[in-house]
Amino acid sequence: MTTLLQHPGYEEGRLQKVAELLPCREVQAGMLLSLMGEPQQYSYPSIFIYGHRASGKSHVMHVLLKELELPHATVSCVECVSVVLLFEHVLRSFFGSDAASLLPCSPSLSDFVRVYRQQCSQSPAKETRYIVMEKAELLRDTDANVLPALLRLQELVEDNVTVILLSEIVWDKFRPNTGCFEPLVLNFPDYSKGELQQILSRDRHPSYSAEFYSSYINILLGVFYSVCRDLRELRHLAALNFSKFCEPVEEGKVKETDTHKLWRNIEPHLKKAMQTVYLREVSSLQWEQMQQMEEKETGILRGLSAHTHVELPYYSKFLLIAAYLASYNPARTDKRFFLKHHGKIRKTNFLKKNEKTSNHLLGPKPFPLDRLLAIFYSVVDSRVAPTASIFSQISSLVTLQLLAQVSHDDQLDAPKYKCAVSMDFICAISRTVNFDIVKYLYDFL
Amino acid sequence: MLAEKSKPQPITADDGVNAGSRHPRLSLVPAKLESRQWAHHGFPQVQKVLRERFCHQQLPEEPEGVEAQHKHLLELLKRTAIHGESNSLLIVGPRGAGKTMLLKCVLRDLLQDKEVQKNLLQVHLNGLLQTDDRIALKEITRQLHLENAVGDKVFGSFAENLAFLLEALKKGDRSSSRPVLFVLDEFDLFAHHKNQTLLYNLFDVSQSAQTPIAVVGVTCRLDVLELLEKRVKSRFSHRQIHLLSSLTVTQYLRLVGTQLSLPDEFPDAKFAQEWNSSIETLCADKSVEEVLQRHFNASKDFRSMHMLLMLCLSRVSVAKPVIQPADLQEASRLCLADAKANMLHGLSILELCLIIAMKHLNDVYEGEPFNLQMVHNEFKKFLQRKSNSMYNFNQPVVRKAFEHLQQLELIRPVEGSSAKTQSEYQLMRLMLDHSQIMEALQKYPQCPTDVKQWAMSAFG
Repeated sequence: MTTLLQHPGYEEGRLQKVAELLPCREVQAGMLLSLMGEPQQYSYPSIFIYGHRASGKSHVMHVLLKELELPHATVSCVECVSVVLLFEHVLRSFFGSDAASLLPCSPSLSDFVRVYRQQCSQSPAKETRYIVMEKAELLRDTDANVLPALLRLQELVEDNVTVILLSEIVWDKFRPNTGCFEPLVLNFPDYSKGELQQILSRDRHPSYSAEFYSSYINILLGVFYSVCRDLRELRHLAALNFSKFCEPVEEGKVKETDTHKLWRNIEPHLKKAMQTVYLREVSSLQWEQMQQMEEKETGILRGLSAHTHVELPYYSKFLLIAAYLASYNPARTDKRFFLKHHGKIRKTNFLKKNEKTSNHLLGPKPFPLDRLLAIFYSVVDSRVAPTASIFSQISSLVTLQLLAQVSHDDQLDAPKYKCAVSMDFICAISRTVNFDIVKYLYDFL
Repeated sequence: MLAEKSKPQPITADDGVNAGSRHPRLSLVPAKLESRQWAHHGFPQVQKVLRERFCHQQLPEEPEGVEAQHKHLLELLKRTAIHGESNSLLIVGPRGAGKTMLLKCVLRDLLQDKEVQKNLLQVHLNGLLQTDDRIALKEITRQLHLENAVGDKVFGSFAENLAFLLEALKKGDRSSSRPVLFVLDEFDLFAHHKNQTLLYNLFDVSQSAQTPIAVVGVTCRLDVLELLEKRVKSRFSHRQIHLLSSLTVTQYLRLVGTQLSLPDEFPDAKFAQEWNSSIETLCADKSVEEVLQRHFNASKDFRSMHMLLMLCLSRVSVAKPVIQPADLQEASRLCLADAKANMLHGLSILELCLIIAMKHLNDVYEGEPFNLQMVHNEFKKFLQRKSNSMYNFNQPVVRKAFEHLQQLELIRPVEGSSAKTQSEYQLMRLMLDHSQIMEALQKYPQCPTDVKQWAMSAFG
């Protein structure tokens, strides 16, 4: 295992330590090391590393640079809201804190390069300096010249510096219009199931045996692997549910080796976790509390999405229902649904189902205010005067983002709206006012 | 070695080749054993020399294949430096064609002249760094060490600065003042500055009898003259040097050989000799030629070649101090790998199923955009046809998978306004090719058969 990491430029013991810290990433680490070369040699000006989330990109870079004590600056592009922060951070970590103060108050890239060169001439690089940019896809949103300049920074500052970009997105989506210095593109492949198992089994509980924990991981992967391959997410789930898994063992009902009984105990629990804690419906704290309260069945606690229920005034509810009907029904069916004496329409003619895709697939259609009010008066049983409060309720539904105003061309004259609530939500609302909305929906006829 | 074994090759032609490539390896084994000490001395030296060549773009002794351009440029700059003639010129060529290398070589040769060295002032500007005229002007005053520059700070407003600089340039005349060489890297970016003030003034000085200056622009855009304003264009001398690569395959192969071989002044002469002979045999290898031919067909610039050779070099170590054909093949495989296929390989089953559903939607509706509801509907249709469905995920889980695909930019929203429509009804487009999906499916580890079948079937 450790034989893969060998490099004449670095001490044996350190490399061994690095190898221990990077399980299942020896190949990539070895490759990076050989590309980086010995510290005093030149390295390629820019390296682009892509791979899925939690495939160890940052971790490998961090461990390599830290353990081998190479001069480096790690910058997260999320934190650097402006490039100024990037400049300051790089200068500070390479040349000490006074270097950053040499920058003028609103520095351009030109100032950065000037200060860098000046500092560099005072303390020339004995070893390759590394700038690691995490989440490099955000660099595309900054000024157009930042990314190309970073890629050829070695040439611009005339120093032994290497820029390493880490991203989830492939390099093809980065390339600027007029091209740039092409970086060396490396891929970090995803962990296979076996590797995930191996890594997850490393953080086992000290009071249980290794086999016990790895059988738990096996069950966990059996449930979650088809949905999620994110190591961090899986590790989080493993940590959350382990106490439930060893409950029967602690109570003495089941022996550690009886995998089948343990599986029967934990599997429905894990399935429930996928609906709740995996989607962050229930926070991990709540989930742990729920596990402690045994008599209480998990999932009784209402998740986040159950809280979307809003208390609305009576007419607002009907307005929302009317808006939903107007959004999801074609206008030509309004007569049939909402007029009392609509005359004879042949059913076959009406049910023209040649439009194959229903509106519940395509999404809501915009409708004018007049249509909304007409449907509203039809579905409300009592007589409602078109007072100011009705109209203000419509606009307050827009501010609540239950309705969306579509065209902004005119505020007063014939505005158009869209209904922006889900089917479940509107069903819940109509149940509170005893209105059977499904009967009025064209799609469900 | 591995590649040779794994690939069953026709015996007739390859027998000789394999013997040829095996030869240096056999001869090197005793050499390695006999002189452990030189391996330790010589080896880091090889890395150092070659890395400087590939990574640091070290200047070659003689620029290859551009002798005529070199001579032309050298003559021109000499006329400015010695005779005080004002000139302007553009070096145009694709990325990685050696524009900067040519210019630097010329400058190096030019500065060997004592008189020129004493006389010539240089100003280097880069379109990436000097993004507007104000910054460029500060940079010029700084690099010319003009009086109003104190230390590294430059005082004065933009107008003052420009007036000062112009005055300084105008005061001079042909006979007395020192010539200035302006090098504008990424010249096309300077053309995007407001009113092209800087370019206008530089070209104007070069046209009138003021301080002798030479303006050399370096750009990769062939249509760069179209970007210039009329008044700027008319002041430009329309002298252009085109660096369009006219390499043939044999030249390319030879170039790879020279790029990899060690120079004569290498300290350990014996090691250098053995290394160079091993490179020669490497270049003679048929499989190596094939690989290089493929790269030549893709692009023939220096940069991509350097990248390939750098990847090769990184596979050389003290234990294995020679480049083998397998190394080159491996490096080429790395260079030419399809990134999106790599990303598809790491998706979960659910995400892969969604991509297949999108592919079907694309087939049926001929490239119309789709939303999450449609994709989920298509997926549900697949599940219904199957009796034992283990992928019966509910909507939020599917949505999370869909959002992950969007984060990876494998799907992209049609229009930007995401706040207005609900996320499940936002229209999306698939950014993948039909063949990419099928290929990824073939390579996918432990892909369930029914999913594969579903992907193969023509319509949903």
